[in-house]
Amino acid sequence: MLHYVMRRLGGAIPTLLIIIAGAFFMMRLAPGGPFARERRVPPEVEANLLKAYHLDEPLWQQFLRYLNGLLHGDFGPSFKYKDFSVADLIFGGFPVSLQLGGMAILLALVIGISLGIWAALRQNTWVDYASMSVSMVGIAVPNFVVAPILTLVIGLQLQLLPVGGWGQPGHYVLPVIALCLPQIAAIARLTRASMIEVLSSNYVRTARAKGLPARLTISRHAIRAAILPVVSYLGPAIANIITGSVVVEQIFSIPGIGRYFVQGSLNRDYTLVMGVTVFYGALVILCNLIADLLYGVLDPKVRYD
Amino acid sequence: MSVADITLASQPEVKGRSLWADARHRFLRNKAAVSSLVIFCIIVIACFGAPYFGLRAPDDINWELESWGPPNLELGYWLGTDGNNRDLFVRLLYGGQVSLLVGFTATMVSLVIGVIWGATAGFLGGRVDGFMMRIVDILYSIPFIFFVIMLTVVFGRHITLIYIAIGAVSWLDMARIVRGQTISIRRREFIEAAEASGVSRWRIITRHIIPNCLGPVVVYVTLTVPNVILIESFISFLGMGVQEPDSSWGTLVSEAAVVMEIAPWAIIGTGSMLAITLLSLNFIGDGLRDALDPRDR
Repeated sequence: MLHYVMRRLGGAIPTLLIIIAGAFFMMRLAPGGPFARERRVPPEVEANLLKAYHLDEPLWQQFLRYLNGLLHGDFGPSFKYKDFSVADLIFGGFPVSLQLGGMAILLALVIGISLGIWAALRQNTWVDYASMSVSMVGIAVPNFVVAPILTLVIGLQLQLLPVGGWGQPGHYVLPVIALCLPQIAAIARLTRASMIEVLSSNYVRTARAKGLPARLTISRHAIRAAILPVVSYLGPAIANIITGSVVVEQIFSIPGIGRYFVQGSLNRDYTLVMGVTVFYGALVILCNLIADLLYGVLDPKVRYD
Repeated sequence: MSVADITLASQPEVKGRSLWADARHRFLRNKAAVSSLVIFCIIVIACFGAPYFGLRAPDDINWELESWGPPNLELGYWLGTDGNNRDLFVRLLYGGQVSLLVGFTATMVSLVIGVIWGATAGFLGGRVDGFMMRIVDILYSIPFIFFVIMLTVVFGRHITLIYIAIGAVSWLDMARIVRGQTISIRRREFIEAAEASGVSRWRIITRHIIPNCLGPVVVYVTLTVPNVILIESFISFLGMGVQEPDSSWGTLVSEAAVVMEIAPWAIIGTGSMLAITLLSLNFIGDGLRDALDPRDR
């Protein structure tokens, strides 16, 4: 087990370095420095500014400095929010984004898996067709279309829920729904496909043959194997939720990381954009790692070689 | 024709059913896929034919109407006007040109990279394969949309850049699929025969391996197009993609989302256009998969 964890970590660290290097050098390639668009400043002031942000050092030295900072949780200063460091902004927004994303992924798992199993047990009936057509719609309709329409119908026409803001329970409902719908759809389709396969496998037939009630056959034997593809989809699902949260936070004015990312991109706040990319990159890698380990625990076929 | 009618005498050349004829037959039986294909063709023709249908120009401003005015069938404003008193429906068609072009071009970019990468890795095998697929694995766990947005932040919002950037990040699945297919093909006898007769590796890849991977590749291409359109509209929705005076479906949805309280028809119209296109492409892709690879179900 330890060996397996180490090997996975050995894969994760280079990936993280690639993300950091990619983000760092891309930002430094940008034509014009971060101060190029502002009012012309006297050369000595500019030199001081460059010195203050260490922009006068050679590139590799800046990169090492950035890496060193990251190790200490320091993402550098924000170029546009003058009084904040990027770390302040990211760690300030993270609890909000985490709540939003965490609820969305939990809801997606619970509903998606139940829907998939239900459809598989009623294969080729109207239940199956209806839930699969609905989930096709869920996959195809982007959340930046779903979110405004939800707001329009439930928030503005029916006046049931608030359409923006954060803090009260009512604020959670619409964003979480908008965020988790596509994932519910994807998970339901995955679960259905694998459940159908598992239900026709030999060991399920054996369980049936020995007279185990259908309920127990399904809950004890079938489900465990059927959700394996869902576990391996967890990594991409989390990446999708994170990406989706950028647009959902923007639409519902939720003060999370995604919103800073959008603002930062529109303001060309290089360090902020870079910080969010690195932070979310690391988060996705971590989640992939956890999903991999979970898969290993659940699937007896994986031997930790 | 019943079985009894077929005799060797009356029909000396029995016509074999090729893989493609079989697939076409299966595809045409799939109602969802066929109707999606029809709908998608109509959308494509409407978007690219818009300049020839005698519609208004997309930059034609009508000062008589209010901005974000309601649909007006008498004057032919089917979706009302946009914020600058232009015909929203016409702009939706022209925006479709941009979205569909991005979808097509970026998919082609991803197709070229993915097929070459996957076929090379699968054919060469061994360490090279391990190394190339390790790179794909590494790239898989990078949240790419952030990088595409970063690219547009750094290098400005050129539409060509968006095409290439989106294509360059969507080739990973293609590479995996082609690699898997290649590995199963390269053990066949005809590859051995080609090797024995001294055909170069590059030629074997391009003449034998790639054509034989075509089925899954075609399926995957149709599934990549809606994905790419989605990524582009996502970026444009956030205001970091296509810029005025051009518009894509993403920018139109985002403009309409701002004013949905006073003009709900605008968000519903633009949103449904995008959704219907994506939905029909997904159904076509699913239909093709069932048609070309029946074992996969």
